[in-house]
Amino acid sequence: MRRLRRGYGAGPLHLVALAVCFVIAAYALVRIFQHPSPIAVVLWLAGAIVAHDFFALPLYTALHGAAGRVGGRDRQLHGRVPVLPHVVVPTVLCAFLFVVWFPLILGLGESTYRAATGLGNGVYLGRWLAITAGLYLASALVYAVRRARSGGARPSG
Amino acid sequence: MSLLTRRPNVLPFEPRSWSSPLRGPWLASVISVGLLTLFAVDAVTGFLSQAAYQPQLGRNSVTGGGLDQALFGWGWPTHPSWLYAFTQGLHVTAGVAAIPLLAAKLWAVMPRFYKWPPLRSPADVLERASLGLLVGSAIFLLFTGVFNIAYWYPFGFSFVPAHYYAAFIFVGAVAAHIVIKLPAMARAFRERGVLRPLRDDLAHTTPEPHTGENSAPLAPAAPTISRRAWLGWVGVSSLGLATLLAGDSVGGFLRKVSLLSPRSQDPGPGPNGFQVNKTAVASGISPQQIGPSWRLALEGAHPVQLSREDLLRMPQHTHDLPIACVEGWSTTQRWTGVRLIDLARMAGVARPQQLHVQSLQKSGTFNQATLNAGQVSDPRALLALRVNGADLSPDHGFPARIIVPALPGVHNTKWVKSLAFRGGPA
Repeated sequence: MRRLRRGYGAGPLHLVALAVCFVIAAYALVRIFQHPSPIAVVLWLAGAIVAHDFFALPLYTALHGAAGRVGGRDRQLHGRVPVLPHVVVPTVLCAFLFVVWFPLILGLGESTYRAATGLGNGVYLGRWLAITAGLYLASALVYAVRRARSGGARPSG
Repeated sequence: MSLLTRRPNVLPFEPRSWSSPLRGPWLASVISVGLLTLFAVDAVTGFLSQAAYQPQLGRNSVTGGGLDQALFGWGWPTHPSWLYAFTQGLHVTAGVAAIPLLAAKLWAVMPRFYKWPPLRSPADVLERASLGLLVGSAIFLLFTGVFNIAYWYPFGFSFVPAHYYAAFIFVGAVAAHIVIKLPAMARAFRERGVLRPLRDDLAHTTPEPHTGENSAPLAPAAPTISRRAWLGWVGVSSLGLATLLAGDSVGGFLRKVSLLSPRSQDPGPGPNGFQVNKTAVASGISPQQIGPSWRLALEGAHPVQLSREDLLRMPQHTHDLPIACVEGWSTTQRWTGVRLIDLARMAGVARPQQLHVQSLQKSGTFNQATLNAGQVSDPRALLALRVNGADLSPDHGFPARIIVPALPGVHNTKWVKSLAFRGGPA
């Protein structure tokens, strides 16, 4: 047991759990290769592994830098009620809506949508824009209320 | 060689560049509880859907005859009639709700992806490979699922087998991840309490201790948001996405507010004004095929040909039953028609074991379906001729369509050409 730990780097349960994981994955891959276009499936799976890193890391880095710059100014200008969260929260909410529904919002797959439903998918861009506007408006209202309650903005430093 | 041994002194490999004071084992664990709950719902309902398609019968299987097919060959029930509407509505809603939680979880553990050295032992190599499978299959499942319900097919492979077998990869990888990480989760909850950090406001938000082996920051910045506010924000994103989709399965008022859901558009007025799955035109159904010359062929001990007038002269039955699509949307309507069991008896099959339904539709995976004994014999299982008091419209399957309780939508075959009953005569 101690030899396994030294040579392998973890306990037997670790090894068994991962062995089961890879056996199941291998079976799934074998089955995928018995269907048409297996390479496309593998490419999309591999793409999904790296997509997050390529997409999320630069995004977080950019946001982190921007938040650092804007956040400092924000505290100076707006005192006790920072404005930044009131911009970030609705932005992220409508970004999530876009990430999930962009095929409908951008009208992608119009012909398959029409074949399935008998309707066009042109309404979704307007709906998403309306929801986005509503979220920013609600956030601005909350900000206005919080600021009024705190007795107006006083520079803190 | 030094490239491999020395840590690159840049983001993301420089641990000091990961400065958020919120990250740490407790935050990762608490998100995991929510995420795993949604993933468990998705796995159970997803595999139930495979069972609902009854791959063991006829040409029902769209995933081919693997060893796994034996797991799903038990007969899918007809009670309660909303069973498939419920499980499949839950499947897509939980999947979409999981997207913000998965993003949050990946954000919380991201510094660990860039730990240095990247691979310390054989155990490390295997574990990182399994994490690749876990993250890759999770993103693959969520996004192929969303693209499928939005009717966008950019991927060049068939959705069902790919989504189904990626789920195998995912379930194996997530199970291994739970086994390996459970002790770390238990430790985080033991040390900090399961819910105690939620009491901390911004002023009391302190970083979790960095150990060199966890996601907590080595050089934490001052917090700009409390953990509870951050988690609340993730929760609101998740609930918001779920609410904007749930109307497609819950219906009623919620359908009107589910503005971005694929089936939220008004399908038009009248008794046939409800959601269509694949129009008559898109399915290549011509007006001649469904005109007065249409005949239904009953196959069994005594083959019979019936016109629509013949069918309308038989005893008619009316039931409120849902059409429930694999894409998660459903709609309950009032259907009127002839019982399948009455048609079986007319064809000389008193105890039908199976029914093979063939549509007029020439191509397409679902131009035919096979039903089990329970489905054919259920007194609510109809060959529907009318809906909501009017004749079926061409888009809803005129002259006649199958409607069976708890059956996946596409197996409720439209534009029925023939019904082949198999089983004993008495």
